[in-house]
Amino acid sequence: MTAYRYDGTFAGFLTCVWDALESGTEPVEFLCSGDEVSLWETRRPATDAEKARRLYAALAKRVSPAFQKLVARGFLTCLPEKELDLLALIRRGLREGDRVRLDLSNPVMARVNLALTKMWTEWDHLKGFIRFSDLDGALVGEIEPKNRVLPLLAAHFAARYSGERLVLYDRTHREAFVSDRGRWRLLPAEDFRMGPAGSEERAFRAMWRKYYQTIAIEGRLNPKCQSAHLPKRYRHVMTEFITDREMEQSLPGQTGGALPRTGEKAIEG
Amino acid sequence: MEVMDKLTILADAAKYDAACTSSGVVRGGRPGMIGTATNSGCCHTFSADGRCVSLLKVLYTNYCCYDCAYCVNRRSNDVPRTAFTSRELAELTIQFYRRNYIEGLFLSSAVLKSPDYTTERMIETLRLLRTEYRFNGYIHAKAIPGADPGLTHELGLLADRLSVNIELPSESSLQLLAPDKTRAAIFKPMAQIRDGAAQSKAELKLYRHAPRFAPAGQSTQMIVGATPESDRHILSLTEGLYRKYRLKRVFFSAYMPVSDHKSLPVPAGFKPPLLREHRLYQADWLLRFYGFTAREILDESHPNFDAALDPKSDWALRHPEFFPVEVNRADYEALLRVPGIGMRGAQKIVTARRYGPLSFEGLKRLGIVMKRAQYFITCSGRMLPGLRCGSDSVYRRLVGLEQAELGSGESWQQLSLFEGGAE
Repeated sequence: MTAYRYDGTFAGFLTCVWDALESGTEPVEFLCSGDEVSLWETRRPATDAEKARRLYAALAKRVSPAFQKLVARGFLTCLPEKELDLLALIRRGLREGDRVRLDLSNPVMARVNLALTKMWTEWDHLKGFIRFSDLDGALVGEIEPKNRVLPLLAAHFAARYSGERLVLYDRTHREAFVSDRGRWRLLPAEDFRMGPAGSEERAFRAMWRKYYQTIAIEGRLNPKCQSAHLPKRYRHVMTEFITDREMEQSLPGQTGGALPRTGEKAIEG
Repeated sequence: MEVMDKLTILADAAKYDAACTSSGVVRGGRPGMIGTATNSGCCHTFSADGRCVSLLKVLYTNYCCYDCAYCVNRRSNDVPRTAFTSRELAELTIQFYRRNYIEGLFLSSAVLKSPDYTTERMIETLRLLRTEYRFNGYIHAKAIPGADPGLTHELGLLADRLSVNIELPSESSLQLLAPDKTRAAIFKPMAQIRDGAAQSKAELKLYRHAPRFAPAGQSTQMIVGATPESDRHILSLTEGLYRKYRLKRVFFSAYMPVSDHKSLPVPAGFKPPLLREHRLYQADWLLRFYGFTAREILDESHPNFDAALDPKSDWALRHPEFFPVEVNRADYEALLRVPGIGMRGAQKIVTARRYGPLSFEGLKRLGIVMKRAQYFITCSGRMLPGLRCGSDSVYRRLVGLEQAELGSGESWQQLSLFEGGAE
């Protein structure tokens, strides 16, 4: 029984896969640096950007570009033990070719696809539900997603607000998307606080809240339907559901605030 | 008057318009401009009534020279009146858009002075947004029936989508309740928008920079339950609108009494026909994506929806000869007719069986919900083992499922999940 320990990055994961394929190791778990101890014998291949790059290219070339994307996107999901499922898929892909992607009723494939569907749903929700505040000319916002959707949201917002300065902070994965007039990057950021808003910003927030309340038709109130479309977990950072004070205090959501960096596993225990 | 007060009055006056979609057009970011648009649209929040809020939906003004019985803005109604200036509205749109509150603007208006005058004010606002504020996001504008065609055309060059509300499902109802509007006046701009959009598309093929006229097409809305038309009448009308006028969407709005007009009496205990509206949307979905015709869904012997059952299950029970459908062989169109199998499910089945035959277990793993579908399918020639299904008991079970999902009959869900969705 063998475990892998790596740094939590995609390159680190691909390095482990390389090692597993090369040595014939069948790991029973993947651990990220810093957290739990394992009962099993542990391999710790140092993240090797070159190996990762070559394996990543091979996924497109030997299987298909769509398969490569499936693995890369799958790594962004919050699927528990996603590394084991993705490793299994990579093994099959290299053996059987792109046909693997048709095998939707296979348990591993079904699990990964379901996780991907949930991630895209979250991405789609957040494209709409994110709220920015104009703080000294920069647009600043926060999210607390289950999946690591920030890299997927970045391109959308960079294009939409190409003339603006933007900061979007992901509390769950503790990283920030920073864009300056169309040029953007992702940065790790341990701590983040919104800061107070000026009077103009407060005025627009107030108008939005008023608008939001006004457009609901009294004779059709339907909180169940509302919750089905706008789950409560998004609301603690949405302007129309919170006060200015709450926005500045960056209160944690129902999930209990920021998780450890390699959080998916920590919350299972 | 403060902008805050204007916003309150003019959003309140616009809220009965059902459409709030931002779909049907793709535009990437452009240097020096603000905004993008995506084909599937985007919901930015959901109001307490469960409806998608995608656009800033306001009237330019609620001063109106008409007196339509069903309308909250009719001139005989005693409500506070106001109007935006174009500058106020453009500024508000941009500031809301920057904060990601909205996907764009839905601009409608009561008829101030005349249809031409009103349309000119709307054009002025949109032009300000598009040129001075360099707004590249979504704009939906209401074409005002009776306006000069040249003005409507100008409006369509600035907006992504235009709509003309047909308001009521028949001419006689229109005469009774909206004496200032005629059927002809409503269908004229509709035809103009259809032809303008077709022409613009043809020109775009020749010249890449030809001006785009209403690239996201047009939609309309009608009020259901204020007048006595049958569901079948409404659904055939809807089908005709899709075919004849190439509409992208037809919206239904359960009648909410907002008036005590003499030709529109409100019986004691009247409730808006929300379930009927829901059934119409379900049937509308069947028309647009599932290959059904209006005649198949409702006919002379069957002119209204079964309140207890969704239209697709209803059709399936009336057509036992079509079932069971063999999951491993049926084509996509046949799979779509199975209650409980939607577009995504049918696509997954078609993909997965290319790898190998599907079992019931496999179907479940694909995410197909079996509680309705199980009565109508076979896997490699077999029904689900242990399933009992006389046609009476299937009806009862499907009704039971429907009741459980709709709740007490008051708190059931609207299809608004899809309202910003794919077209």
